[in-house]
Amino acid sequence: MLKLAWLIPILPLLGCAFNGLLGRKAGKAAVTVVALGVMLGSLALAGLAFFAAKAAPGGRLDLFYFDWVAVGHLKVPFGLVIDPLSSVMALVITGIGTLIHLYSVGYMWEEEGYARYFCYLNLFVFFMLLLVLGSSLPLLFVGWEGVGLCSYLLIGYYFETDFAPAAGLKAFLFNRVGDLGMTMGMLALFAAFGTLTVSEILVQAGHLAPEAAVGVLTFATLMMFVGATGKSAQIPLFLWLPDAMAGPTPVSALIHAATMVTSGIYLICRLAPVFVLTPITLTTVAWVGGATALFAATIGLFQRDIKKVLAYSTVSQLGYMFLGLGTAGFAAGFLHLFTHAWFKALLFLGAGSVIHGMHHQQDLFKMGGLKAKMPITFITMLIATLCIMGFPGTSGFFSKDEILYLTYLKSPVLYVMGLAGAACTAFYMWRLMGLAFWGTPRDHHAYDHCHESPATMTIALSVLAVGALLAGLLGIPKVWGGTFAIEGWLEPALTYGRAGAEPAAEAGSAGLAWGLMALSTTVAIASGLTGFLIYRKGTASEEAFALKFPGLYRVLANKYYLDEGVEAFLLAPVRWVSNLLWKFFDVIIIDGVGLNLPGAVTRVAGDLTARAQTGRVRNYALGMAAGAVLLLWIFLK
Amino acid sequence: MNPVHSLLCGGLQGYILVALLLFVIGLFTVLNRRSALMQFMGVELMLNSANVALLAFARFRGGDVQGTVFYLFIIAVAACEAAVGLALVVGLFRHRQTTDTDRADALKQ
Repeated sequence: MLKLAWLIPILPLLGCAFNGLLGRKAGKAAVTVVALGVMLGSLALAGLAFFAAKAAPGGRLDLFYFDWVAVGHLKVPFGLVIDPLSSVMALVITGIGTLIHLYSVGYMWEEEGYARYFCYLNLFVFFMLLLVLGSSLPLLFVGWEGVGLCSYLLIGYYFETDFAPAAGLKAFLFNRVGDLGMTMGMLALFAAFGTLTVSEILVQAGHLAPEAAVGVLTFATLMMFVGATGKSAQIPLFLWLPDAMAGPTPVSALIHAATMVTSGIYLICRLAPVFVLTPITLTTVAWVGGATALFAATIGLFQRDIKKVLAYSTVSQLGYMFLGLGTAGFAAGFLHLFTHAWFKALLFLGAGSVIHGMHHQQDLFKMGGLKAKMPITFITMLIATLCIMGFPGTSGFFSKDEILYLTYLKSPVLYVMGLAGAACTAFYMWRLMGLAFWGTPRDHHAYDHCHESPATMTIALSVLAVGALLAGLLGIPKVWGGTFAIEGWLEPALTYGRAGAEPAAEAGSAGLAWGLMALSTTVAIASGLTGFLIYRKGTASEEAFALKFPGLYRVLANKYYLDEGVEAFLLAPVRWVSNLLWKFFDVIIIDGVGLNLPGAVTRVAGDLTARAQTGRVRNYALGMAAGAVLLLWIFLK
Repeated sequence: MNPVHSLLCGGLQGYILVALLLFVIGLFTVLNRRSALMQFMGVELMLNSANVALLAFARFRGGDVQGTVFYLFIIAVAACEAAVGLALVVGLFRHRQTTDTDRADALKQ
């Protein structure tokens, strides 16, 4: 097994090479077989790696291949780390990735550029696995940038349209801001520890006294968190994710819900032993996460585009994960990452199935009554909705309640924000379900042609639905008689290198846990029921609400005018300054004074001296004679 | 010996004077005439004035052989140069149907 571990990321790369170079000639069948085959191979190897790591001493395998960079003090090995954290992540990527590849076969079959699509998708899986398995921060960063590239390529997949390439560019630019933070964080860690290998950093950090080097570590972790806000779409860098919905829906499910956008959470979990040393950063993470969870959820309330609802929901759920991390509940945050990957991928694929069935209709107000037409899609989406609203017993319930419980222990204000966000979540999800599946069809033409999706899509939906229901079993809390298994399971990774004693376990009683659980469940069910009862009948009540509170409705539906704000306060000044630099500095100073002025002087001087050139041999001869006389006079004087 | 006697009866100054006259005549020919052929002859005159001066100095230094050798070299080189120069004049004439150097001003444009 150990000898084959490098194949986990390499297989998708080979698939990408085949589909990219030969895919068009080889035909759709060959592309399908290769793309799915490499994913299945990678999944099998990741499964083997998972068990191999479990059996290994310390629960981790360090695989070293060669020295990648060796300059002075900087030594970066090229190696993979397989520990509980990275192997679970790899299983999520390859497992859900395989299902989404399968789903894409049905979804993309009619599209132009079938081979190109699978080439990008395989490349994405390669970079994502590199990000997760890489043993050093630079290698992680290669994957980090690579998934950004694939995200850009896949958002702009429909490159003939106007908005898709622009959305891709927007995603790239927002990520660039975050990546600057990430780079600075890496440099700060190198300054503090003299190495960029993750395990060495963690061992050194584990031996630090709690107060030592807190300044530089706080800076480093804050910068890392800036990188995470870019990739994982948190305030203030979240505006790109809703626009990223311009890509094909399976891409939204794989990249912009299940895997890539969670790499910020993964990064923080990876460096958890450093983050626990910096309480300032953790508090920042918690507040940013909490604010994003609530803020994005409110925007999701009145979106009409089914994918936009899910996009804001993703931003909001990522906020919950950061909220969990910020309370030092790394296991809870990671559990939510895990469960969210299942149910959000399922929601997106369900939405994709609806869009596919409705012939690219994404407007919820044009749907309605699809329950009977698309039974499998309906049932699987219902399961996912129950998961995301936190219905007792489903996966989202366990992960979200654990986070909310830890949040309450940290700060009741944050808890209220999280609870309000959860209420919004239940409301907009049941609004979506009510509008799409219940009621009467509002677009009869689309409804009449609507059909259930092909088998490759429904199989993927069904498997994901089972996964979404069962994913929570990893985190059954203690008050339910479970062990919160994921915490003990991830412990070798989350506390790697820690030399001192464990921090004291959180206070809190079983009664408190039961109370909070009951409260959040009641709020979620009440809010979800309200949403369902209002929207089951159609869009009339929302239109009435929009008439009654036009200001509030417009602000929410237009996402607080944030894009317009960015345009007015960030882009417009930049454009103004650029215009000034162009019209004044470039045209007048550089082109005018710098280039054209010396040119003009030379030309005038040339014109003047050219007068002396008569073209007559006699004049030149006279000049020579006069010169000779002059020289004679000088020498003989 | 008075200067005039010396000038007329084989003194050095006489030779120098002749060389100078030859040189000035040659120079004015080059500067005044527009025909390439005439200018060329002026150049040859100037060369020969230098030869006269060389031989005179050689003789009055007591039969110095260097001056004589120089003169022979210059004659040889001038012969070659005459061939090249005449070829140039012919070439100019073929192009312009004239040997007027004032009209050979294509580079000025």
